[in-house]
Amino acid sequence: MSASLTLVIVMAVMYAAGVYVMLERSLTRVLIGFLLVGNATNLLIFIMSGRPGSSPIVTGTSVDDMVDPIPQVLMLTAIVINFGITALLLALIYRSWWLAQLGDEGDTLTDEHATESSDEADATFRSSSDDDDAIAESLDEFERGDGTTSDEDPLRHTDSAKTDAAGRAGASASDREDQR
Amino acid sequence: MTALVPLIVCLPLFGAAIALMLGLRRRLQVIVSVLSLTAATVMSVVLLVLVDRHGPAVVQVGGWEAPWGIVLVVDRLSAIMLLISALMLLGVLLFAVGQGIIDGDLETPVSIFHPTYLVLAAGLFNAFVAGDLFSMYVGFEMLLSASYVLLTLGGTGARIRVGITYIVVSLVSSLLFLSAIALIYGATGTVTLALIAERMPDLPADIQLILGLLLLIAFGVKAAVFPMSFWLPDSYPTAPAPVTAVFAGLLTKVGVYAILRTQTLFFPDNQFSMPLMIVAALTLLVGILGALAQADIKRLLSFTLVSHIGYMLFGIAIGTPLAIAATIFYVVHHITVQTTLFLAAGLIDRVGGTTSLSRLGGLLKSSPLVAILFFLGALNLGGIPPFSGFLGKIALFQAGTIVGDPIIYVLIAVGALTSLLTLYALARAWNLAFWRPKLQVKDYTSAMSESLVEDPQDEGIVLKKSISPLMVGATTSMLVLTLGLTVFAGPIFDLTTRAAGNISSPSTYIDAVFPNGTGSIAESNLGTNFEGGAK
Repeated sequence: MSASLTLVIVMAVMYAAGVYVMLERSLTRVLIGFLLVGNATNLLIFIMSGRPGSSPIVTGTSVDDMVDPIPQVLMLTAIVINFGITALLLALIYRSWWLAQLGDEGDTLTDEHATESSDEADATFRSSSDDDDAIAESLDEFERGDGTTSDEDPLRHTDSAKTDAAGRAGASASDREDQR
Repeated sequence: MTALVPLIVCLPLFGAAIALMLGLRRRLQVIVSVLSLTAATVMSVVLLVLVDRHGPAVVQVGGWEAPWGIVLVVDRLSAIMLLISALMLLGVLLFAVGQGIIDGDLETPVSIFHPTYLVLAAGLFNAFVAGDLFSMYVGFEMLLSASYVLLTLGGTGARIRVGITYIVVSLVSSLLFLSAIALIYGATGTVTLALIAERMPDLPADIQLILGLLLLIAFGVKAAVFPMSFWLPDSYPTAPAPVTAVFAGLLTKVGVYAILRTQTLFFPDNQFSMPLMIVAALTLLVGILGALAQADIKRLLSFTLVSHIGYMLFGIAIGTPLAIAATIFYVVHHITVQTTLFLAAGLIDRVGGTTSLSRLGGLLKSSPLVAILFFLGALNLGGIPPFSGFLGKIALFQAGTIVGDPIIYVLIAVGALTSLLTLYALARAWNLAFWRPKLQVKDYTSAMSESLVEDPQDEGIVLKKSISPLMVGATTSMLVLTLGLTVFAGPIFDLTTRAAGNISSPSTYIDAVFPNGTGSIAESNLGTNFEGGAK
């Protein structure tokens, strides 16, 4: 089997860098590591198609010149799967950042959009910057010490008290809640 | 009959789509998911009967012939796995529905739960019917993606934290699997299991070794084999009870199934026997020693789950048809009994308010039904005769003594010791949680509870909830199933023996996929790399 040396070197570097970054503690870096290793694996599949050739299946190409199409099919599927998993991981990282900042108490902040009609709410949620502003605002409030509100769902509170040991901020927030 | 093979994968997927569209109409969602899993169960029964009578069912998807297109194969092993997992999925779904009705769906938000659960089912079925490595990978990814969502349901801090560990570990194993597929394609020029099986013995021994080890490591992470097992006891117990039950019963066994399938097909000479034996012994011992230290019933069960994977590896390592038959029997037994025990632990959590042994007490008096469910399951897992756990282990040990290597005797000793220690761990759980009077729980001192380590996430809260008849009913029917495995062990073992006869000679599988032989494929132009890649 013949393969391009450049591709092999690129793949090796990506594997090495990916594994290295994956071992970091920060979740974003783990994600970057996963992306690097995932794409290195895609390259590995691609390398396995052997020597380059003309496009397969298209009429007019002789069978001897064709490049092996199967690795390309496998790669495409793998890319799609990696894409989906990346989206899920990003959502989880965002959630874990949210929990680290606010704890489960973050879920019980009053919904400022509660009184709006559904059209207004949709318009608001379409702009992601509003979302970020809301988080920044609640963080500020939280630092001032009046971030948590009292009209929370009691069931949810028990649930969070039972299961949450993670959010450091969450723990302190619920302590304060208990003292009140 | 062949129409059933793709249908069993498509139907749950279709159900998932409908359940997702139904959104918040809970009753309809429940009906859709129960119906599609019931249909899957019926189909797998039909498949098992037909495959057992007429031999493997092969489907060339889209009419593309085997090495070029996707091929789905159901032989006896696949059919057995399909049936047992469909039954488990249905039982756990009923439990989840029962729990959801009482909780108002805080623990299992129903609009997400049902579609994801059905996708998990479809992924499982896909992995079992896959006739090529890549669609097996796709099946794995489907069930893993669904499991990521199920494990982090509700998005609480604890679940997100263990969920991310679980996801990263699973991703690494998936990428290893994908790399293994790429390398196997490079070496043999195909991803079809049957064709790899034919070409693998022609490869040089060192290349076979690398490919085999890569596959073993990738599947070993999924099956929670010893050095790669540390993620499991942390992540599983945090999920909602029904999710833990289905993960414990089925997800690790998919890894075991993949190891069994690839080892028997690709390496019929059993080259990996020795490393598998060592790993099996370590998995057995380390797992059960971990279980002895746990105060939390769910964590204790997770450690026994890791430990007992060792028995299945032991069977695969021996590799004789009798050992493979015993392994398949043990897999079936273990799937049912672990699911039952985790569901029982879910019930204990609700009636006792906690699953920590240091705070539970008097459950025998307060809820005798849960006590019976846990007790029979524990005896079964601990390998007390006449239960199926005992029969499975005896069959394994018997298969081992026939081969009679010194290391096999060591493993039999380790296996027997593990069985005893499992019984000890579960008997202690029984004594503390069920037999000890409620009044003695405070200031209790005993040699039994000295070495216990609490769950790091345990906060000492006791929060009792009621249980619904549906939850008890689902757990009871699981238990009845494990007892059925005991009563009908003879016919079932005959069936697994026939299944083992199928897979212990790869030629049966190869002939089923390529009825006209594989000679014509090698001569035609199959890719550019087979000629140079192999030699």
